[in-house]
Amino acid sequence: MNDTNLTADLLLEATGQTAVMVGWSTLFSVLIGIPLGVLLVTTSEGGLTPSGPVNRVLGTIVNVGRSLPFIILMIFVMPLTKLIVGTTMGTAATIVPLTLGAAPFFARLVETALREVDRGVVEAALAMGATRLRIVTRVLLPEALPGLVAGLAVTVVALISYSAMAGTIGGGGLGDVAIRYGYQRFDTPVMLATVAVLIVIVQLVQSLGDFTARKLSRR
Amino acid sequence: MIRLSGLRKVYGSRGREVVALDGVDLHVREGEVFGVLGRSGAGKSTLLRCVNLLERPTAGTVHVDGREMTSLSSGELRLARQGIGMIHQHFALLSSRTVAGNVAFPLEVMGVPAAERDRRVAELLDLVELGDKAGAYPAQLSGGQKQRVGIARALAGRPKVLLSDEATSALDPQTTASILGLLRRLNRELGLTVLLITHEMNVVKSVCDSAAIMREGRIVESGELPALIATPGSELTRELFPLPEAAPGMVTITFVGQADEPVVSELVRKFDVDVNIIGGSLETIGGRPMGRLRVELTGGGSADALAYLRDRGLLVDVEGAA
Repeated sequence: MNDTNLTADLLLEATGQTAVMVGWSTLFSVLIGIPLGVLLVTTSEGGLTPSGPVNRVLGTIVNVGRSLPFIILMIFVMPLTKLIVGTTMGTAATIVPLTLGAAPFFARLVETALREVDRGVVEAALAMGATRLRIVTRVLLPEALPGLVAGLAVTVVALISYSAMAGTIGGGGLGDVAIRYGYQRFDTPVMLATVAVLIVIVQLVQSLGDFTARKLSRR
Repeated sequence: MIRLSGLRKVYGSRGREVVALDGVDLHVREGEVFGVLGRSGAGKSTLLRCVNLLERPTAGTVHVDGREMTSLSSGELRLARQGIGMIHQHFALLSSRTVAGNVAFPLEVMGVPAAERDRRVAELLDLVELGDKAGAYPAQLSGGQKQRVGIARALAGRPKVLLSDEATSALDPQTTASILGLLRRLNRELGLTVLLITHEMNVVKSVCDSAAIMREGRIVESGELPALIATPGSELTRELFPLPEAAPGMVTITFVGQADEPVVSELVRKFDVDVNIIGGSLETIGGRPMGRLRVELTGGGSADALAYLRDRGLLVDVEGAA
């Protein structure tokens, strides 16, 4: 496996698989993580819809999700994966554990970003007679947007790292290539190339996130 | 316009109760600027937040423009709040929106159509003299400009009542004066009733028609400024016109609107007294000069002189002998 063209093809395919895994699971993590993060903030003491029990239950779910190492989570949720995707193998099957691993993580980052929003602004909106839904959608989320974008970048980087492990359930991707070629076949050039591609991707994601967050911030 | 009766607010924190408001009665008449003066922790912020029910009182009633606020449903309360403007110490502007966007926010809440919203925003920004800053973000403004945006935003719903939560406390003296001037102008031009809380005597002195002093959750004294100043033993008067330490026998004369009369020279001329001025303090309040003078009277005509001063309608207070 020393042919440069073959290595390039291999890496290209693997990058595509990683992109599919990370892309979809990012989308689902955002769809789950934002409402979850919002609820963690609004149900907390002094929040817009304070509720101790709801807050504790959500907090526990998020903590359980985050306390499992990804490789264990992936095996643990296989029955659920089978239920949703119909199979526990392949790229599509990895999206379920990836989402379950990243959504609680992103939810915490959403929570942190929302807590950064000036309480006085929320109170001012209440004093204007705004509904709580409007305050969430028009005050909290827009004001926290730079923080949300920064959190998203961190989450995508985490997902890229998780997706390497997803290779072990047949998900493919760059991590899988590194293990199969670099580790099991001692193919050092492929290993190095994979590492280089990963570094570049992570750098790009992080830089793009930082840049966008800075652009959005009007503080 | 605003009437608070028997207002109590108790914060319960794990068995330990903190009484923030301890039976507050307050009446703010239509069209006046009413100042509540007190140190931090006196309960004045809680008081203000009870008016638009950001804080729900433990007991008592809150009437704003004839409506009992505490009995409203949450939907009715939101509507009622749209008719009460509020400005904040730290401005509370949306950092992600431009000046125009901030002023438009309450109009969006009220469901005003976009075209009319734009017109109204322009009008409001002109009113606070910020027409040229419509596209700026709050971070690009000075404190005084931010508070002007806050005021424009508070007036978006054409409220009859404006609540001011230490609106000038974060501003320097000159900016404070210009913001107070603006509030005064809006009060006169729009007939806006203003209830403000502050810890600065200067604010009360320069814009208020009436004032109340708050301490430990209670209103200590309250009324129209001239009447309040003329009340014997008034705490407001003492703080407004600071005098040097009194000694037994000294006489304190309070002028409410007669400060431009040559009282002291009259005394010397008409009675057999010498007047030794210990200290004095004079302010123009509501366009009328008011003040306090501390003197020492010596000579046989002292008692007659004091009676004469009282006849003139001055408030005369003789320090008791120790």
